[in-house]
Amino acid sequence: MKKTTLAVCSIAVLWVGPQLAVADPDDDQLVINEEISIVTEVAAPAHVENLSTIYSGWRFRSDETQAVQMDDFDNPGMIGVENALVDWDTVEGTAGQSCAGCHGAAEDMAGVRAVYPKWNEEKGLVTTLEMEVNNCREARMGADKWKYTGGDMTDMVALISSVSRGMPVNVAIDGPAQSTWEEGKELYYTRTGQLELSCANCHEDSYGMMIRADHLSQGQINGFPTYRLKNTKLNSVHARFKGCVRDTRAETYKPGSPEFVALELYVASRGNGLSVEGPSVRN
Amino acid sequence: MKHISGLAVMAAFCGSFAAAEAIKPTDVVYVDGAVEASLSGTAGDPVSGAELMNKGAGNCIACHQVSDLAHLPFHGEIGPTLDGVADRWTVAELRGIVANAKVMFEGTMMPSFYRTTGFFRLGDAYTGDAHGDTEVQPLLTAQQVEDVVAYLVTLTED
Ligand code: HEC
Ligand code: HEC
Repeated sequence: MKKTTLAVCSIAVLWVGPQLAVADPDDDQLVINEEISIVTEVAAPAHVENLSTIYSGWRFRSDETQAVQMDDFDNPGMIGVENALVDWDTVEGTAGQSCAGCHGAAEDMAGVRAVYPKWNEEKGLVTTLEMEVNNCREARMGADKWKYTGGDMTDMVALISSVSRGMPVNVAIDGPAQSTWEEGKELYYTRTGQLELSCANCHEDSYGMMIRADHLSQGQINGFPTYRLKNTKLNSVHARFKGCVRDTRAETYKPGSPEFVALELYVASRGNGLSVEGPSVRN
Repeated sequence: MKHISGLAVMAAFCGSFAAAEAIKPTDVVYVDGAVEASLSGTAGDPVSGAELMNKGAGNCIACHQVSDLAHLPFHGEIGPTLDGVADRWTVAELRGIVANAKVMFEGTMMPSFYRTTGFFRLGDAYTGDAHGDTEVQPLLTAQQVEDVVAYLVTLTED
């Protein structure tokens, strides 16, 4: 069911090879649980320089992979959401508090995922959801912080994302967040490692093309955390960044580092207008 | 000066191998992106070159399609197809492109396979760790570049 997409790519047509190359995002529409409509294609925000249209990574996946995300009963990422619902209500730490104690129902977090990373006035820096979760755990609950890309953390971020599904990503890039955003942009266009590839080389210049067996998407993060069929777990944004940088034969930045926080803000802003989709399913 | 004469004898003895001394990545001379001299001094082996197209640090078909290698799965689309590439470029040009494509094609996405300097945040292969202080090895050895070039030369359009 690749429909018209094959005809669009002249290379794919000319190429008579062992496997058919696919190109471009497909035309499929994403509605989750026959209820939540997801915007997977929209005009690029003005601050994105070299794209006219932005697409969710979902549009670059095979029909089989896409289908897994269309129903929460099939989406293995929802198991992480359920785990996190238990943590949400669990009292932990010296303050005798749970997430629910301060925040009420998890559904009350609707809208939060869509605006993160975000400037935190009190801390005087841009923070990610993971940083906020750990701030609550340490400062408000008196509990141990979670590992930045650990299972507990990624499950919790999946829960917080899940209640925002369908809402447009809308991170702020101006005001106090602007310098962090500029830093992230700089990183996005910097070629790293012995292969000297930048995020933009793969996800801006080459999206829609095959790189070996991988169909390159725009590397959007509206779908995070993503459940990957490849490693059968939920993957956080910074874990994905780390993998992509490592694949350039580079020394990566650390998850939770100021560099990756800045990069997350910048990459998130490239997806402003797409729907929050996490936990999504990818291969 | 026994020591020196010893070396001279060694050099004479190794005469036939002297040509096989590889040109260092930092000593390669590019003229308009092309490299005239063999990097290894030993003729390339197209069979080994074909293997490098698919494997290891070569992995050329990650980005290029090659009909001659159609039995291998998953050819990428980032670069142009290499079919007929020998009709388009001379041996010296192909050597230059494989050794350091960035001289021929400014800003290209194609990695430099025989270069060891000028990287940002160079890692220790695919570990994600820093490279450390040991000598940087090029992605392909001089002989591997010659092997790949020897294979590319076979890619003529019938
Ligand atoms: C050598 C090519 C390459 C480079 C360089 C690269 N990526 Fe990727 N990236 C991939 C591939 C292949 C995938 C898997 C297919 C896809 O989703 O695009 C991927 C996936 C992603 C995804 C997951 C998208 C989704 O919908 O699940 C994100 C996010 C991402 N990359 C961000 C980045 C960022 C940020 C950088 C730079 C720090 C970067 N990538 C650099 C190749 C690359
Ligand atoms: C990450 C992608 C990538 C990899 C890996 C790669 N190339 Fe390329 N290659 C390119 C691109 C892109 C071009 C087009 C040059 C430009 O940027 O204008 C190119 C151009 C070429 C050309 C000139 C083709 C023509 O018809 O003009 C040759 C020859 C070539 N590559 C050979 C190789 C060989 C051999 C290898 C492996 C040892 C290799 N490439 C690996 C991306 C790649």
